[in-house]
Amino acid sequence: MVNRIVVGAHYGLKDWIAQRATAVIMAVYSVILLAAVGAIGPNTYEAWRGLFANGFMKFITFLFFISLFYHAWIGVRDIWMDYVKPTGIRLVLHVLTIFALLGYAGWATQILWRL
Amino acid sequence: MAELSIKKKRPKNLDLTTIRLPLPGILSILHRVSGAGLFLCLPLLLWLFQSSLATPESFATFKAVAAHPLVKIILLGLLWAFCHHFCAGIRYLFLDVHMGVDLESARLTSKIVFAVSIALTVILGVALLW
Repeated sequence: MVNRIVVGAHYGLKDWIAQRATAVIMAVYSVILLAAVGAIGPNTYEAWRGLFANGFMKFITFLFFISLFYHAWIGVRDIWMDYVKPTGIRLVLHVLTIFALLGYAGWATQILWRL
Repeated sequence: MAELSIKKKRPKNLDLTTIRLPLPGILSILHRVSGAGLFLCLPLLLWLFQSSLATPESFATFKAVAAHPLVKIILLGLLWAFCHHFCAGIRYLFLDVHMGVDLESARLTSKIVFAVSIALTVILGVALLW
């Protein structure tokens, strides 16, 4: 039995899978966005805004952002777990990371749904 | 518990000044560094994204900010971080399904990741930033 601690990785497959699933979503999105930008060549404000105001694009861009923040949580948490050993400090860093990412998720959603 | 006590007796060298990382090791630590850098710059990137989309006036501000040489250097660095994280990440997905795990392939694919990510950074940097 390993020494289980509350700010550990919870020793499951869930986050490992989630990190990879979100990575694939972001990779596919990146290719779609690059192709769209390459095809349209949005040099003006109207064209650039129109790209993201499109329903499908808005949907997958939102999916990209949610994947990004979930992916970043797992990655940054791993960094804290590797280098920050005192449980109290690590817990504070985990909480701050979650708060930052939740805030970014709200921010990104607001940017997209004002279009 | 027996395993733990054996582990403790093993010699270890964690002196960062004398460790010479092989190429897959350099790729690995840069994967972490690039991810951390992208995470830290999320507020900047979200702000730029917001400015580019909100209003025609904020779009003009975005263009002016993105045209600043210092911002260009930062964005070029973040573009490399993205490309490296992207390419190294795809390599890890292959390793996950046990493809390219032998030493020779691991070294070869590391070289490919560095070559492709740097080439992509240059191509996209020229196309998008200049």
